[in-house]
Amino acid sequence: MGELKLMKGNEALAEAAIRCGADAYFGYPITPQSEVIEYLSEQNPYERTGMVVLQSSSPGVCLKQEGLAYIAGAEVPCVFADVVRGGPGLGTIQPSQADYFQNTKGGGNGDYRNIVLAPASVQEMADFVPLGFELAFKYRMAVCILSDGAIGQMMEKVVLPEQKARLTEEEIKAKYPWALTGRKRGTQHRVITSLDLDSARMEEHNRHLQRKYDEVTKNEVRYEMIDCDDAEYVFVAYGSSARIAQKSVQLGRAAGLKVGLLRPITLWPYPTQAIRNLIDKGVKGFLSVELSCGQMIEDVLLACNGRAKAEHFGRVGGIIHTPEEVLEAMKKQIIGE
Amino acid sequence: MTEEIIIAGFGGQGVLSMGKILAYSGIMQDKEVSWMPSYGPEMRGGTANVTVIVSDERVCSPILNAFDTAVILNQQSLDKFEDKVKPGGYLIYDPNGITHKPTRKDIHIYSIEGAQLASDMGNSKVFNMIILGAFLKVRPIIDNKNVEEGLRHSLPERAHKLIPLNMQAVQVGMDNIKAEN
Repeated sequence: MGELKLMKGNEALAEAAIRCGADAYFGYPITPQSEVIEYLSEQNPYERTGMVVLQSSSPGVCLKQEGLAYIAGAEVPCVFADVVRGGPGLGTIQPSQADYFQNTKGGGNGDYRNIVLAPASVQEMADFVPLGFELAFKYRMAVCILSDGAIGQMMEKVVLPEQKARLTEEEIKAKYPWALTGRKRGTQHRVITSLDLDSARMEEHNRHLQRKYDEVTKNEVRYEMIDCDDAEYVFVAYGSSARIAQKSVQLGRAAGLKVGLLRPITLWPYPTQAIRNLIDKGVKGFLSVELSCGQMIEDVLLACNGRAKAEHFGRVGGIIHTPEEVLEAMKKQIIGE
Repeated sequence: MTEEIIIAGFGGQGVLSMGKILAYSGIMQDKEVSWMPSYGPEMRGGTANVTVIVSDERVCSPILNAFDTAVILNQQSLDKFEDKVKPGGYLIYDPNGITHKPTRKDIHIYSIEGAQLASDMGNSKVFNMIILGAFLKVRPIIDNKNVEEGLRHSLPERAHKLIPLNMQAVQVGMDNIKAEN
């Protein structure tokens, strides 16, 4: 086991990025994620370590959307982190989950997807960096680590990943045959671009991307279930809302209610089948709990497809729902008391 | 065991660092911990608070609406958090600058003259450690040796020579806390 530290989520993410060998880092400093940039500039990562991290909070992430669409088209691996604050626009510096649509459904143009990982603890802020790099390089696509002001700002204990050595030029050539490492006489041109004006090739490129996204959907869905074995009603929540809903489960169980929590860890690909399996096992209703006006609920409704009741509950504007009001919402909106 | 604590006062009183030392001390005692600061507009207004949870189990919500113990260091914080102590819980406050004392009858109320005692010790910076000592006297959730270890981990190495002074302040807090009801 590595060393045990008490760190903020933002600091854990930054340290994990250095330990994964991140070479380049592009950030737009804005509360509540400024610690990431502060930490990276303090630690001089270039002195300690061919990977790239992008990072910001909501308004900064808007500015990166054009680049993310190009990354998808050109199939370049990239990890980016969004420590979400309230919107729209500059909104507020307080925690929010209202960038779910932006990160899971697009933001940039074209038929593309990003893998979206949703950490619910400081430990996962650190763990999802190496996981993110692994997935980004495996599938040659962008991976988003979608957290919020609460996960970024809070301190918890964390075990950090081991420092990895930077890949040598030879290793890069051997592992990533698509990488641009300098053309030698007698070798083929390699081009990394999102642009192709040949319609047939472009259609095939889009089909290829979709086949890749199907692979990701088949292989990479991640989620956690808490007290779902005998549950009749299930909270669906990710990130900081999942932490709060977990407490609501405890309060509900103490009051004799058969409630559980499904925590999506990947927001794309979404754990659709997990929800359907719960319905097969007898779950009658779902409450999607988010710090938004109702975004993830659309994916829950698609998964339910009319077979179980599903509604949204959430606070916005920087107000964070309490475990008590989340449980009340379950009783009122779903259980029907 | 789960202890859910709010520490609240003015910026500069060492509220956030007291919370951090408490959380680190909890780790030293093999507990699960979380430390959630107010980082928003409140901080810019000069008040600071932090929610610390120390538990035998994985901490679920780091953000709470009700607390086992409130450690209160100014009037605004007393006004805001007195009602949020769970019935049967604990409220520890420094009477310095308090104009309206806490009135609840269903919680345990204690006072600690932290500002005065720090001044008596000749070092206003140990104020928060006096308060921490007072808290640990009433809620003995962490052993002193783990507090010392917690200090070692949360202070930069150049400040390690101040650990004995800080532990002395913890003892002063433990010796001087008074029950008010």
